[in-house]
Amino acid sequence: MLREIRPAIVILLALTLITGLLYPLAITGAAGVLFPSQAQGSLIERNGTVIGSALIGQEFKDDKYFHGRPSATTAPDPADASKTVSAPYNAANSGGSNLGPTSKALIDRVKEDVDKLKAENPSAAVPVDLVTTTASGLDPDISPEAALFQVPRVAKARGLAEDRVRQIVTARVEGRLAGLLGEPRVNVLALNLALDSASSKEPR
Amino acid sequence: MTLIGWIQILLFCAIIVALTKPLGWYMTRVFNGERTFLSPILRPVEAGLYWAGGINEEHEQHWLTYTVAMLLFHVFGFLVLYALLRLQALLPYNPQDQSAVAQDLSFNTAISFITNTNWQNYGGESTLSYLVQMLGLTHQNFLSAATGIVLAVALIRGFSRASVRTIGNFWVDVTRCTLYVLLPLCIVYALFLVWQGIPQTLGAYVDATTLEGAKQQIAVGPVASQVAIKMLGTNGGGFFNANAAHPFENPTALSNFVQMISIFALGAGLTNVFGRMVGNQRQGWAILAVMGVLFVVGVGITYWAEASGITGLNALGLTGGNMEGKEVRFGIVASALFAVITTAASCGAVNAMHDSFTALGGMIPLINMQLGEIIVGGVGAGLYGMLLFVVLTIFVAGLMVGRTPEYVGKKIESREVKMAMLAILVLPLMYLGWTAVAVVLPSAVASIANPGPHGFTEVLYAYTSATGNNGSAFGGLSGNTFFYNLTLASAMFVGRFFMIIPAMALAGSLAAKKSVPPSAGTLPTTGPLFVGLVIGVILIIGGLTFFPALALGPIAEHLAMTANALF
Repeated sequence: MLREIRPAIVILLALTLITGLLYPLAITGAAGVLFPSQAQGSLIERNGTVIGSALIGQEFKDDKYFHGRPSATTAPDPADASKTVSAPYNAANSGGSNLGPTSKALIDRVKEDVDKLKAENPSAAVPVDLVTTTASGLDPDISPEAALFQVPRVAKARGLAEDRVRQIVTARVEGRLAGLLGEPRVNVLALNLALDSASSKEPR
Repeated sequence: MTLIGWIQILLFCAIIVALTKPLGWYMTRVFNGERTFLSPILRPVEAGLYWAGGINEEHEQHWLTYTVAMLLFHVFGFLVLYALLRLQALLPYNPQDQSAVAQDLSFNTAISFITNTNWQNYGGESTLSYLVQMLGLTHQNFLSAATGIVLAVALIRGFSRASVRTIGNFWVDVTRCTLYVLLPLCIVYALFLVWQGIPQTLGAYVDATTLEGAKQQIAVGPVASQVAIKMLGTNGGGFFNANAAHPFENPTALSNFVQMISIFALGAGLTNVFGRMVGNQRQGWAILAVMGVLFVVGVGITYWAEASGITGLNALGLTGGNMEGKEVRFGIVASALFAVITTAASCGAVNAMHDSFTALGGMIPLINMQLGEIIVGGVGAGLYGMLLFVVLTIFVAGLMVGRTPEYVGKKIESREVKMAMLAILVLPLMYLGWTAVAVVLPSAVASIANPGPHGFTEVLYAYTSATGNNGSAFGGLSGNTFFYNLTLASAMFVGRFFMIIPAMALAGSLAAKKSVPPSAGTLPTTGPLFVGLVIGVILIIGGLTFFPALALGPIAEHLAMTANALF
């Protein structure tokens, strides 16, 4: 047994350095050269300031923007560090609601959101992804139905024609990869950026 | 359920089957010590390590020495990781100034990573420095995966050798596995993941000002290098709290598909290594067939349950299945498929929140783990778990026809059956025993997030996941308490080592046996009859063990849900 101690220490330390330090640092170096934007987090800058990441959802509350999905992320309570407070789209503390299928809290929350959305757009069925929380709390996407559902509100808030807004949405729909993998979706931040630039070009 | 959903599932299965043979061929060469195309680069490194460690690579070990070497490796690995967690505030690569991890959480996390569980009682981005993520966790992801693989290889040698006392050299196996199998695959894989959008940087978290003018701090880090091995090594510990649901750990439909394949690839390949080493690849295919049948049935049930949705939400007029705790880019099918894969293997990475799955949709992951994660399973661990069930099946079949049972030329006698039973019985003792304790202890009950039968399932899932070294969770349970940190750690420890040690004893006793040529009375172990028998034994033993617990949790909850009862 004692004979195995030296190999244990040597192999452990050597493989630790190779897999725990050399490997990640080499990948960091290579990634920075090959894919510099992705390696930094696919950040989007506008006028010199970072406005977010193309892959990370952010909170939208204003009527003139398309809204993302509900997010259950939290942050430490500034008043009492042992507690947490709701902080949607907190990209430094990802997580889901973890509410189960027989949870009264879940059904009540969704019912409230469904009622609100029905009041906003009575003509269409409420898309399920607009009233359910995302797994990470940071979902950058909504379904095409969820985007189209919001067209009347956004068009009204911006004074644009609904058809024009619908056109902007349709142009931003990403399909399945090779028609097969994943689900059709719209990146909310990209959509809102496109909307901003369209609004600034057109007379109101 | 949609046609396109099923096509995705079939495509996944087809790719795994296609990868099994080439990966099996390559790994067989590596573990037989033959030259590979990487030898010109890696051989000098390998030889240098043996020289420094005083290892004679020609010298093989008895099963006891092999096991002791493995245990020592883990003891030192534990100490290094524990020290890193406790000292992270003093060490470099800590741009967010993360403070030292508490004692009980460090203990839990260190056990969690040396046992290939990667249970996360911590939130990665809010707790750990980059140095700990790399030097602590990434490195243990490699080593615990390599350990699983080499133990499976040692057991295979037990079957394939005859009348010898040795089953290989642990140090040589673990070094070759890391250098020739895991590292090269991970380098290519990590770069692919960066291309897909996973960050790989040592810079601090990014402060963004959103379109609406709010502040958003975005956690980044050396993510891709860790995600590659966490999938390939079926470790599953996420860089971030939300794991593979986080857009930075799994940004696209393609990254998701490749991650699913990488969970199963090496485990499936090992069935082929088994076939090759015992001299008949059909023996390996038969085992993969057993896994495949159980897998497809599980996927079907979870997919159906998630696509059917939650009764209470459907009643509000919502359609499209259960999207609570899922991501739009994956949708129902890729989330259901991922959940079954990650629990069939002992991976435990999640791309959706299992706690928010429907009762039956969440029950399949639970069953997968309770069966011992033998459906492809953790790298290595799945195969040796499955071989234990095979030994039992052979024994049961032998009893039925009144002959001494034999498998791939080895007589299965009382010692082998005892070892297999010991390993198989230890697991339910841990997860049922600790669940029973936790649900009567008020302080442990306080950690439950969802009341009603779902809360019971949260606790059962936690101990099952820990015992099975899976690491996925019903995340609502607040596991970072003194009680759960210690009891979950004990479940992880026992679940890992009390399975490994009997498996190694089995390897030793099999290797010492003579090989008997098949006769007219030998049960053929490559056909559908044998596949059906193994499935039957797995389901009967599993069913008898944990059906009562499932009835209290997911089954009760399903009945409650369809009756519109809320808690």
